[in-house]
Amino acid sequence: MSAVTSQDTGRAGAAAARPRTRAGLSSTALIYLVLVAVVAVSAVLTGIEGRNFFSQGNIWGVLTAMSVLGLIAIGQTLVILAGSLDLSVPYVVSLATLVAAGGMKGLDGNVPAAVFNTLLLTAAIGLVMGLLVALLDVHGFIASLGIGLVISGYLATNYQGSHGAAAPDFRLLSRTGIASMIPASFMVMLLCAVLVTLLLRYTRLGHHLYAVGGNRAVARMSGVRTATPVIAAHVLCSLLAGLAALLLVSRTGVGLPTIGSQGRYDLLSIAAVVLGGTLLAGGKGSVVGTIGGVAIFAVLDNVMGVMQVNPFLKDFVRGLAIVLAVAVYARRSVVRRPPRFGPGTAAAPAGTAQEAR
Amino acid sequence: MNDALPTAGGPASEPGTVVLRGTGLTKRFFGNTVLEGVDLELRAGQVHGLVGENGAGKSTLMKMLAGVHTPDGGTIDLDGQEVSFGHPVQAQQAGVSTVFQEFNLLLERTIAENIWLGREPRRFGRAGPVDTAKMRRDTEELFAGLGVHELRPGTLVRNLSVAEQQIVEIAKAVSFDARVIQMDEPTAALADHEVELLYSIIERLTARGVAILYVSHRLKEIFDLCRTITILKDGQHVTTRPASELTEAELVRLMVGRPLTTFFPDKPADAEVGEVRLELRDVGNGYVDGVSLQVRAGEIVGLAGLQGSGRTELLETVFGVRPLARGSVVVDGQELKVRSPREGVRARLAFITEDRKAKGLALNQSIIDNALGVVRAVFPGRTGSARREMPGVLSNLEVSAQSLSQEVQFLSGGNQQKVVLARWLSIDPLVLLMDEPTRGIDVGAKHRVYELMRELTRQGVAVLMVSSELPEVIGMSDRIVVMRDGRIAGELPAGSSEETVLALATGAVADEDVA
Repeated sequence: MSAVTSQDTGRAGAAAARPRTRAGLSSTALIYLVLVAVVAVSAVLTGIEGRNFFSQGNIWGVLTAMSVLGLIAIGQTLVILAGSLDLSVPYVVSLATLVAAGGMKGLDGNVPAAVFNTLLLTAAIGLVMGLLVALLDVHGFIASLGIGLVISGYLATNYQGSHGAAAPDFRLLSRTGIASMIPASFMVMLLCAVLVTLLLRYTRLGHHLYAVGGNRAVARMSGVRTATPVIAAHVLCSLLAGLAALLLVSRTGVGLPTIGSQGRYDLLSIAAVVLGGTLLAGGKGSVVGTIGGVAIFAVLDNVMGVMQVNPFLKDFVRGLAIVLAVAVYARRSVVRRPPRFGPGTAAAPAGTAQEAR
Repeated sequence: MNDALPTAGGPASEPGTVVLRGTGLTKRFFGNTVLEGVDLELRAGQVHGLVGENGAGKSTLMKMLAGVHTPDGGTIDLDGQEVSFGHPVQAQQAGVSTVFQEFNLLLERTIAENIWLGREPRRFGRAGPVDTAKMRRDTEELFAGLGVHELRPGTLVRNLSVAEQQIVEIAKAVSFDARVIQMDEPTAALADHEVELLYSIIERLTARGVAILYVSHRLKEIFDLCRTITILKDGQHVTTRPASELTEAELVRLMVGRPLTTFFPDKPADAEVGEVRLELRDVGNGYVDGVSLQVRAGEIVGLAGLQGSGRTELLETVFGVRPLARGSVVVDGQELKVRSPREGVRARLAFITEDRKAKGLALNQSIIDNALGVVRAVFPGRTGSARREMPGVLSNLEVSAQSLSQEVQFLSGGNQQKVVLARWLSIDPLVLLMDEPTRGIDVGAKHRVYELMRELTRQGVAVLMVSSELPEVIGMSDRIVVMRDGRIAGELPAGSSEETVLALATGAVADEDVA
């Protein structure tokens, strides 16, 4: 019997010694590889059109396009990681542009108060949504849809066309940048991305956000207050949408009641988050991936703009990108265990043990 | 084995002193008394076994001590102080940790993040950032204290085997400086060689003076580990006795209240083995290789092997869950082109899966819908007759339920498994593939499953059964096929000893021959 036992431990040791690499590339590395490929193809296509993808103006354009969607997608990442969803962002953005531009009335002296009020209002909207989701157990999909409709109804009855005016100094924000290539708005977005990444990695709130999104029952049993991360995610998401609205106001100079819904920030932000490798069900993902997803969208949009592609084809390409990405992720998560024998059919079929969880 | 045991903050109780005492513990749910006046004493450095059929109240008792349920009567004393826990975390902080049967782990997070969840260490006081380096160090220290050297704190739990996840759960329980650890069926998902590792961890814990409450359906483990055994039946405390004063047969008698003289039903005298029902010819894919075997009508072939030896994968390949890359599967002389489970069912193969909650049943659907699931999907024309026969089939299997429309999630494990069996009996299978058919079910239900297997073989069904419980494989099989590393390691006749099977499964035979 002792011979058998020693054999056992030998086996266990050998089994543990096998390398546990994460099945090749991580999702984040993959998304940035795809981004590089997309940039390369876009540069060639832009070149064929007789223009330079890497010109100052074009880079500025891509990065500007990234900053607004980027901010919203960072917030959406938080909400999705926590196992919720925010469909109200376009309406929050629209409302926030009206509050900001309406508050500034074109005067520099009004800027601090207008900015403060805008952020306070958006945070309050997020708080309401967070409370609905965390305490009343309304799913984020429904809670945010409801809040979004409420805001959109308010906007439609009270505002026709543009409203208010951004202060001149505030408008400068959209024109400042580094070397006429990196706009200040992009720096703001990047700073937020770094802060949120630090929050997720190095605070209890961040750890608990993953825990609640991954499995609420497990988090609860471990003594985590499950409401806090969900509420915090919703507040931060709406707040970031407010910040995005401020960037839009500095660019357009006015508040517009339909700017958010025209930008389709709800579905595009969710798409960017998913493209970035975050699990729609929550509990797994990163802001770094999301920024990669946003960049891919921005580059695709840019090159299709340069080529003057018909807008319906634009949507077609975006849609294709999302579906392909998710299909690839699903595939990767199934083919996890390396097959033991020869080439054979290495592909693991659907419905195997891994999926059961 | 001579590494210094970390003593910092460790349990201080003298071995043998009573750490936890439950007196007259009572619990009612909706007026039903599920536990009445149960007494329990856990002593430092000792393993206390808790046995009883499913529904006897073991889980309820554990959950009360764990702070999941509050008792409706009776008291819990910890070190002589009366305590009451309102939340599992309170119990853990007081030093009572529980390893539940269902793992409480986040698959997408690392080992360290799981262990310290909810109490992540922070730098620079309360407002500071999470100290990930300390989390890693503490996890390594924890594992070293348990004699576990293979796990890295940064590994995602998703990438761990079931046994390794079990170790993480235990490490998490220990990390609260637990003086009492409750383990609910800790070996339910482990293969025999992994059980050895669990034993060594338990040994280290008791050496440190931890009191352990151990719940298991595997009686061998109870006798291997426990000094004292408490038996529950129908929510009542039957007796508590030193293990040395009990025999396995007596324990079973006390648990079920009736003597089970022969635990495995005998092979019927008139049994005869017929023609070949299932034949595998050189079957191979990414998981198994060069597997050839035959199962004849009226025969039970046991498939033994360690966890990960390819047993489950072989059954899944036969049934069409996994692709067949090489070789062929022949049922009743007809080569089977299985590409999906649907075609497996059409060839009248039945597959009782290992994990009934995830793959065997739709938990929030009714008994009748579950039982008719396969017929409806594959032989819709027969649904009507199957529906008429089903009540008879279920009562023949002794399913105890309030009605056919009860959701299966509210049934005990044994009754759930019987519903799974009924579901497959409805297609009149030629070949029954069973993967761990008695996992996590009580003694009475186990016995009924064994009887059913005998009944079916008498009717000419061929049974291929995977089991990690060696007594089951040996007691039920006509032949035992042992797998190792995806290949067939050898075949043994009925009634081989556990040692022989294990030696073949681990590859120890060759070594012994050399020596």
